[in-house]
Amino acid sequence: MSTPLIIEYLPILVFLLIGIALAVVMVGASYIISPKNPDAEKVSPYECGFEPFEDARTKFDVRFYLVSILFIIFDLEVAFLFPWAIALGDIGLFGFWSMMLFLGILTIGFIYEWKKGALEWE
Amino acid sequence: MAEFFSGFLLPLIIMVLKILAITVPLLVAVAFMTYAERKIMGAMQLRQGPSLVGPFGLLQPFADGLKLFAKEQILPEGANRVVFYIAPMITFFLALVAWAVIPFDYGVVLSNINVGVLYLFAISSLGVYGIVMAGWASNSRYAFLGALRSAAQMVSYEVSMGLIIISVLLCVGSLNLTAIVHAQEKVWFAIPLFPMFIMFFISALAETNRSPFDLPEGESELVAGFMVEYSSAPFALFFLGEYANMILMSAMTSILFLGGWLSPLPFAPFTWVPGIVWFALKIAACLFTFVWVRATMPRYRYDQLMRLGWKVFLPFSLFWVVLTAGVLVTFGWLPK
Repeated sequence: MSTPLIIEYLPILVFLLIGIALAVVMVGASYIISPKNPDAEKVSPYECGFEPFEDARTKFDVRFYLVSILFIIFDLEVAFLFPWAIALGDIGLFGFWSMMLFLGILTIGFIYEWKKGALEWE
Repeated sequence: MAEFFSGFLLPLIIMVLKILAITVPLLVAVAFMTYAERKIMGAMQLRQGPSLVGPFGLLQPFADGLKLFAKEQILPEGANRVVFYIAPMITFFLALVAWAVIPFDYGVVLSNINVGVLYLFAISSLGVYGIVMAGWASNSRYAFLGALRSAAQMVSYEVSMGLIIISVLLCVGSLNLTAIVHAQEKVWFAIPLFPMFIMFFISALAETNRSPFDLPEGESELVAGFMVEYSSAPFALFFLGEYANMILMSAMTSILFLGGWLSPLPFAPFTWVPGIVWFALKIAACLFTFVWVRATMPRYRYDQLMRLGWKVFLPFSLFWVVLTAGVLVTFGWLPK
C-alpha cells in the first residue's frame, strides 16, 4: 500500500457525508409529501388506558448506572487487549505473563463484584 | 482545469460511485430481508406470508416502504424536536458507514484501513447513541424504559463481543479485515474457535436487539420500546438501520469465523465461483439463522439476559482469550 495512511480514510469521510445526506433527504422528502393534521390526542405521549400525567424523564433504576460503570471497566480492558493481541508474536513470554497478571487482577475485581451482588438483577 | 478534473474530480466521482455501489444493494438487501423474514416465518408457522403485491409478493417491501414514507410525521408534545429527528438519522447512517471497511472479495473494499476491526467495533458501539437519544427525546415512559434496557443490553454484550474478537485477532496478528480472511485459508476460525463462533453469533443477536433478546421492544410490556413515538420516515430509518445492522453482523460473523469470501473447499468446482457469491451466501445463511431463531425461541426475561451476558459470556470469553493466547505461545504458533 503506497498511498499515505490518511488517504485510506477519505472514502469513509465521503461515505459519512453521503449517509447523512441520504438520511436528511429521506426524512425531509417524507416531511414535505406527508399530510400534517396533528391534534391534541395524536401528539400526546403514548400511554395505555389513561392520560399521561407527568414528565417521563424521572428517576430510574440505579442498576442501569452500575451496568454502565462495569461496561467502562471491561471495555477499557478490551481496549488494552487489542494492541497486546496484535503484538503478542513480538513481545513473547514476558508480554504474555504481564497481561496474565493484569487480567488476574481484573478477575479478582470481577469475583468481588460477583460476590457483592453487583451482577444480580431481580 | 484538466488537472483539476483528473486529479481531484474524477477520483471523487469514482469514490461516490463505489459508495453508491455499496449503499444501493445494501438497501435493496434490507428490503428483501424483511420480505424473506416474513416468508420464512410464514413457512415455519404454516402460513403463506406476503403473497399479493407483485409475483410471490416480491414487491411487498417496496409497497410497505412507500406507504411508510407517505405517512404523517408525528412529533409528540414535550419531545425534544432536534434530538427526536437526529436519533433515527444516527442509527441509519452508522449502519451504512460501517460497510466502508467490509471486504466483499479480494481487494474489493472501499477503504482497506489497517484497523478495520477497531473501526467496525467503534461504529457498532456508537449505535447505542441513536437508541438512547430516541428514548430520551420522545418523552414517553415506554420509550424511555425501552431505551434504557436496550442500551444496558447492548453494552453488556459488547464486552464479550470485544473479547471474542480478541481471540480471533490472536490467531491473525492483524486488525485488517482482508488479513483476517487470508489467515483462514487453511481452516476457518469457526472450527478451532467453535465456542467463540457460537457466542459471537448469540452476542450479535443481542447487539441487534433481535429475538430472543428483543426485550427493548418486547411488545407485551413495552409496546415498541424506544420506537413507540416514531412514525413515517424516522421510523423507517430505524427499521432500515436495524436490518442493515443485522446484515452487517452477519458479514462480520462471515469474515471473522466463516472465511469471508473464501470458498468452503479449496479446489476446482468451488473456486470457480466468484468470492463475492460465497460471501453473499454466507451472509444469507447467517441471516436465515437470525430468522430461524426468531421463529423458534421464546423471549428471554431481563434478569436472565443480564445473567447470561455478565455471568456466562464474559467469564467464558475471557477464559477463552487466555486459553487461546496460552496455546499459541506454548506451541509457538503465533503469527509473525
